[in-house]
Amino acid sequence: MNFKVIAKRLLFFVLVVWAASTIVFFIPRLSTRNAIRERFGELARTGGFSPGDVERLIASMNQQFGLDKPLLEQYWQYLNNIIRMDFGYSLSKYPTTVTEVIAQSLPWTIGLLVVTTVLSFAIGTLLGAISAWPKAPGWLRGIATPFILLTGVPPVIMGILLLFFIGFRLQWLPLGGSYSVGLVPNWSWSFFFDLMRHQILPGLALILGSLGGWVLSMRGMGVTIQGEDYVNFAEHKGLSGLTIFRDYYLRNGLLPQVTGLTLALGTVVTSAVVVENLFGLPGIGKALDLAIRANDFPVIYGIVIFITIAIAGMMMLLEFLYPILDPRIRNS
Amino acid sequence: MTTTPMADTEPQAIRQPSNLTLFLRYLRRNKGLAIGVLILIGLTLFTVIGLLTVNPKQAYPLSVALKQPPSLKYPFGTDFYGRNLLVAMVYGMYQTALIGLLAGGIGTAIGVVLGFTSAYFGGWIDATIRTICQILTPIPVLLIQVVVAGSLDKRDVTILTMSIIVAMLAWMGPTLVVRAQVMTMKERQFVSVAKLSGVSDMGIIFKEILPNLLPFIAAAFVGQVFSAVFASFYLAILGLGPLREPLLGNLIWAAQNQGAFFNGWWWWPIIPSCAMILILGALALVNMGLDELANPRVRRTE
Repeated sequence: MNFKVIAKRLLFFVLVVWAASTIVFFIPRLSTRNAIRERFGELARTGGFSPGDVERLIASMNQQFGLDKPLLEQYWQYLNNIIRMDFGYSLSKYPTTVTEVIAQSLPWTIGLLVVTTVLSFAIGTLLGAISAWPKAPGWLRGIATPFILLTGVPPVIMGILLLFFIGFRLQWLPLGGSYSVGLVPNWSWSFFFDLMRHQILPGLALILGSLGGWVLSMRGMGVTIQGEDYVNFAEHKGLSGLTIFRDYYLRNGLLPQVTGLTLALGTVVTSAVVVENLFGLPGIGKALDLAIRANDFPVIYGIVIFITIAIAGMMMLLEFLYPILDPRIRNS
Repeated sequence: MTTTPMADTEPQAIRQPSNLTLFLRYLRRNKGLAIGVLILIGLTLFTVIGLLTVNPKQAYPLSVALKQPPSLKYPFGTDFYGRNLLVAMVYGMYQTALIGLLAGGIGTAIGVVLGFTSAYFGGWIDATIRTICQILTPIPVLLIQVVVAGSLDKRDVTILTMSIIVAMLAWMGPTLVVRAQVMTMKERQFVSVAKLSGVSDMGIIFKEILPNLLPFIAAAFVGQVFSAVFASFYLAILGLGPLREPLLGNLIWAAQNQGAFFNGWWWWPIIPSCAMILILGALALVNMGLDELANPRVRRTE
């Protein structure tokens, strides 16, 4: 890979982040809704400020958030802040910055997201390749079918079904939360197991909800490989079934699968956000939900931009993998 | 010179079966499409019969007894707020269909226009449209929708605004699909022939290319309806939908908020979930079936 390609990818990354930030900057300013006024109106109703105080408070807040400056200057300042990953302060937990809110909830989301994505991608790709491999025993190829049927079920609904059958009916696993009520977080094994028990259902929901897609796309690839001359040739050359499976079916399907993963990142992340919220895990999804409920706009915008940066960054990294996976790209 | 009898009988001998017969025969081969269409017809019947028979008031809070499990009187039970879930399902299904068709329609229409413009005129127009699509595609649509929905006044969030929010960021897919297809079609001989015989740009677009694109557009439309239903469902499940309406996602959001499983009201979240599975599953089947119809390479041999 030469310098030009890397520069191009970097430019694309910057453009995506810039586009997302611009949309997030201008949309709220087109609306008539005033976040700060709403927030302090709420406080004034519950806390009993006098109207004059509230107005002065709003004015000073506007000044602090830079809302009294001309629009273009605000926009410039805003872009500068984003480069420094500074998304401002949370309105509902004032001295906390948005970056801190994100940092607190991020480990939960990353843990869940990485484990489930890797597992569902790996299992799905393997099952898909097996189901398209004529040499595989019938029962092994049959395993893929139920997962293909699940393709239409989004992870959230999978989560609700799992909650119903496993959590509610069988009562094998907890119905939500990150650890049992009454436990204090500590470094003991029993707490760790309790924590993991609470991650099983959301994890399963995410894996089962996305597995079918990987099976289906890999299977499609495998079916086209089936009839190719080079596979016939390899068979007549006397290569063992397993070698053909590994070096022809899996190897050839890998690049399109990784491309698929690159394109699906947005969906993968949003699914995780919504599922997390369904199970009440304290990740990014919960932070977003709390911010929506509290009209905490800086946090909403910060999370949106942060996730976009993360997705665009991951896409860029995955694209750097292409030359490793495909010699044709490497050599051209 | 007499007319040969052959000319009279020949057209009858190779009479084509009617289009309907052909379609039904095709459905027998393309089972996914058939099942998908059947489920969609079933859901439509449920909604239409429901709309004609039930009392619309019962889809809204405090109209019936609270928290009743499914029974003969309330086949789907009632929820914490006193909504009859059967009626709520009928209206939720209707509203979901409305959002899906509206947003899917708008998204596809924009996509077709932009895709055509991009591929047909090429040059800097193509480059601009393609780059914009590529830049917008990785941005997670749901999150931008969250920003838009969050910036609206709660009272302004209705079925219509929700469709527009969903449609606004859903035209990139169809644009790229239509663009790619027009690009390949532009190079085909029948287009060159039409061009050489002096057919105008518009004539070529509407008379030569568009008819050949219809299966692709239909597949793109169903795909858009699928993602619109999906997107509006996710928005509603985050509590950004029109909260008063019995939208399927809203019902699940409310159920989760009230801890339906903790309290044993299992039917409340389960019933809208099952409805959603049927809708999304049917749309996915139809979408795959149409892809097969549109793309001969994927089409299985009989």
